[in-house]
Amino acid sequence: MSLRASSNAVDCLVIGAGHNGLVCAAVLARAGRSVLVLEAGQTIGGASVTREFAPGFRVSAGAHLLHSMPATLRHELRLEQHGLIAAATRMPTTALLEHAPPLAVEAWACGVESEARAAFDARMRRVARALAPIIERRPPRIGSGGMRDVLEWLRSALRLRLLGRRDLRELLRVGGMNVYDLLEEQFESVALQGALALDAVLGSNFGPRSPGTVFTLLYRMAGQELALAEGTELPRGGMGAVCAALAAAATAAGAAVRTGAPVARIVIDADRASGVELADGERIAARTVISSADPKTTLLRLVGPRHLDAGFVRRVDRLRGRGLAAKLHLALDRAPAFTGLEPGRLGSRLLIAPSMAYVERAFDHSKYGEFAPEPVMEITVPSAVDPTLAPQGRHVLSAVVQYAPYELKGGWSDGRAGAIERLLGMLERHAPGLRDSVVGAELLAPPDIEREFRIDGGHWHHAELAFDQFHLLRPVPGASGHRLDIPGLYLCGAGCHPGGGVIGLAGRNAARCLLEHGE
Amino acid sequence: MSDRPDPPAHYREPLLQTPFHARARALSQVDQFTPWSGYTTVDVFTTVEQEYFAIRNAAALYDLTPMSKYRIGGPDAVDFLDRLLTRRASGLAPGRLAYCLWCDDDGHLVDDGTLFRLDETEYRLCAASRQLDWLAASAIGFDVQIDEVTAQIAALALQGPTSCSVLKAAGLVGIEHLKPFQLGRYDCGWPLIVSRSGFTGDLGYELWMEPDHALGVWDRLHEVGRSRGLRAIGSKALNVARIEAGFIAPNIDFIPASHALRANRARSPLELGLERFVDFDKGHFTGRRALLAERERGPRRRLVGLDVGGNKPAHDALLYAERAGRREVGAVTSAVWSPTCKRNIALAMVNWPHCTEGSALWADIYLNRELVWERRMTAARVVDRVFFSPERRRRTPAVDA
Repeated sequence: MSLRASSNAVDCLVIGAGHNGLVCAAVLARAGRSVLVLEAGQTIGGASVTREFAPGFRVSAGAHLLHSMPATLRHELRLEQHGLIAAATRMPTTALLEHAPPLAVEAWACGVESEARAAFDARMRRVARALAPIIERRPPRIGSGGMRDVLEWLRSALRLRLLGRRDLRELLRVGGMNVYDLLEEQFESVALQGALALDAVLGSNFGPRSPGTVFTLLYRMAGQELALAEGTELPRGGMGAVCAALAAAATAAGAAVRTGAPVARIVIDADRASGVELADGERIAARTVISSADPKTTLLRLVGPRHLDAGFVRRVDRLRGRGLAAKLHLALDRAPAFTGLEPGRLGSRLLIAPSMAYVERAFDHSKYGEFAPEPVMEITVPSAVDPTLAPQGRHVLSAVVQYAPYELKGGWSDGRAGAIERLLGMLERHAPGLRDSVVGAELLAPPDIEREFRIDGGHWHHAELAFDQFHLLRPVPGASGHRLDIPGLYLCGAGCHPGGGVIGLAGRNAARCLLEHGE
Repeated sequence: MSDRPDPPAHYREPLLQTPFHARARALSQVDQFTPWSGYTTVDVFTTVEQEYFAIRNAAALYDLTPMSKYRIGGPDAVDFLDRLLTRRASGLAPGRLAYCLWCDDDGHLVDDGTLFRLDETEYRLCAASRQLDWLAASAIGFDVQIDEVTAQIAALALQGPTSCSVLKAAGLVGIEHLKPFQLGRYDCGWPLIVSRSGFTGDLGYELWMEPDHALGVWDRLHEVGRSRGLRAIGSKALNVARIEAGFIAPNIDFIPASHALRANRARSPLELGLERFVDFDKGHFTGRRALLAERERGPRRRLVGLDVGGNKPAHDALLYAERAGRREVGAVTSAVWSPTCKRNIALAMVNWPHCTEGSALWADIYLNRELVWERRMTAARVVDRVFFSPERRRRTPAVDA
């Protein structure tokens, strides 16, 4: 049966109501397309969601900080008008240390290193600023010969050239380095090194000594450049507020969002995407289908290899997308008391990464399927700045935990309790008495993240963000960008450039790409 | 985390020997062997001419064992093959085989070969070179079982006008009724699968058997074939016959896409003049979108037959549009003096529009005359590349004279 003939076909059908799907829907609806968003879950939000995990306690279950959503995108979609309010902006970062008082990372400077720190920050920021447009814009296609692609190449080259000889030379020197070596040559303070190195490896399958980690650090910084004014931010009501605002923007522009509608497959008719079939057999016709699901789910499951070329399928199948970060959620009956932490800094990013060696050691265990005995954590206590998340006087702790292997030796069902115990023990060392205040705990290991957020492999970038899966090579070589070989089919998720982390650019760029092609 | 076993140390092994090797070694008079897919095979037993005339005038026996063979089964076998091959696999009836091609994503030929449908559920794919890597890549997402069975099946090609009569005499009852591209199970004292197929463009058969039966079958065929002119042949003589038949050979007429290092070296079925084996209407197959785009754009070059003047084979000759040799328009890939057609023939890759039939070209032939090189600019004409295709090739019941 041909779906294209039916008269009720929507112009654009977006699979997944995560932030990228909703951004894409909003941009398309604002351009006058009829848009339907289908979400498999009962609520919208994808991995940018707030949900209850213990009675009365709510938490950002996936991403827990907003740090790279471009200001331009927020203005374009008027997210503030649609209800996105910050509970905290320009969040500071604090390194928790066991035998020393906590360290205010952004302000830290001491003696001879003050100058080094200032010079390092300034240079890294200059480079990040030059890279920001590369992050923000769609990668050019290789060999297309199209004017747009040639201009895009020239533009990127010019941006980098304008860095000037010294910075460009420095970028070429450090660009392929590991962050361990870079920080080792820049700073003496192991505490500062550890805190800075964490940003390079957070959410990745890397340790500080892994190749390409200066690149991942610059990447994160470039994203932050795009969001500069607000800095790192905690939205009021948790990360779910981001998607609520995006959904409001989309529906205000005329898009419809349907939850509880899992897509079983994308219908390909005469080599063109013509709609989707839901798990219950219902068919919905569409002129174009845009998927925000990860590339493996979209291409191998929803489209299916028989509609794709074998070489392409092999590349997709080979995508590295196993998550190595877990999420810990704690419900606390009182405010955690971190040793030596000024009360005002409870709302900052709290890092347990006391040295690069510590982080590397934690990573080492993950290579052999073990949960780190001494894990690395990025902790937030969002209830310190947002009272809507927990009952009066009580608190919520949310932490990204590195490194939690997808395939834990012995399995997660047996290993979970031990892992939580280890994390509580670690927290107890920094905040004595915390363990006794816990009234609810949840640990989302990568397989849980895979299940809850429907991300194959449970990686928050959908596919590892690394040199070989970046820009032109993302999601796979020969298929960069959003438009697939099958006419009418687009990708708009974190598997596309520039990746995950609640940026929203993949969604926006996919929508723009579609509009440019007149679909 | 799973520890993978070490790959087999194949690089330590010398060339493998086929189950027929003992007999081939004994028959070889000039000791000319050549490696093929990891096996030692015979280039020439006696002289190329003698072996060639066995193919065209009597019966020739050629050891096919190094052909890479894959057993393909499982619930998705047909879907897998339809997505792999450029022609429709679902149309192949049990007991039939078909010549087929498979391409990479860019629509470039990975290799060509034959697909056998042994019964309702089991297929066998034969190719000149190893294909497991590409088959494995193509199998992602399909419930299909692929086994390399190259070493488990010994194979002989029996080709030529008396081939049917040899098989009949060997005890293969009813072999004359086997149609082209049909296969059947027979017995000559040992069980055989016989397909009416081959690489010579003549009446001929291919015999597939268990390695343990190989020598018995070989001896039996030689015994009954003596009076019918049967002769073991090497790949040199076969090469002459296949050029006459207009068949392409990998690494000679095209570079398999997976071997090509330089851009623009791999070739598509459209460029190779094989579009009749590409079915754009059967649904998706690997390379389909690229091939559609190429068809839309129009061909840039094409593999054609050449009728070359004189009697000196135009080996590796560059082709020009005019005698002065200024505008190069292509190159010869295979060339031979055809003893049967009494023509100087060649296969050549020629640029558009000089590849149209009837185009007049000039071949720049270099001749080594006792270490003195001479250059002959020779007129050549683009012709249909099937130079030899006798009626007995198609006739059923087969000629059993």
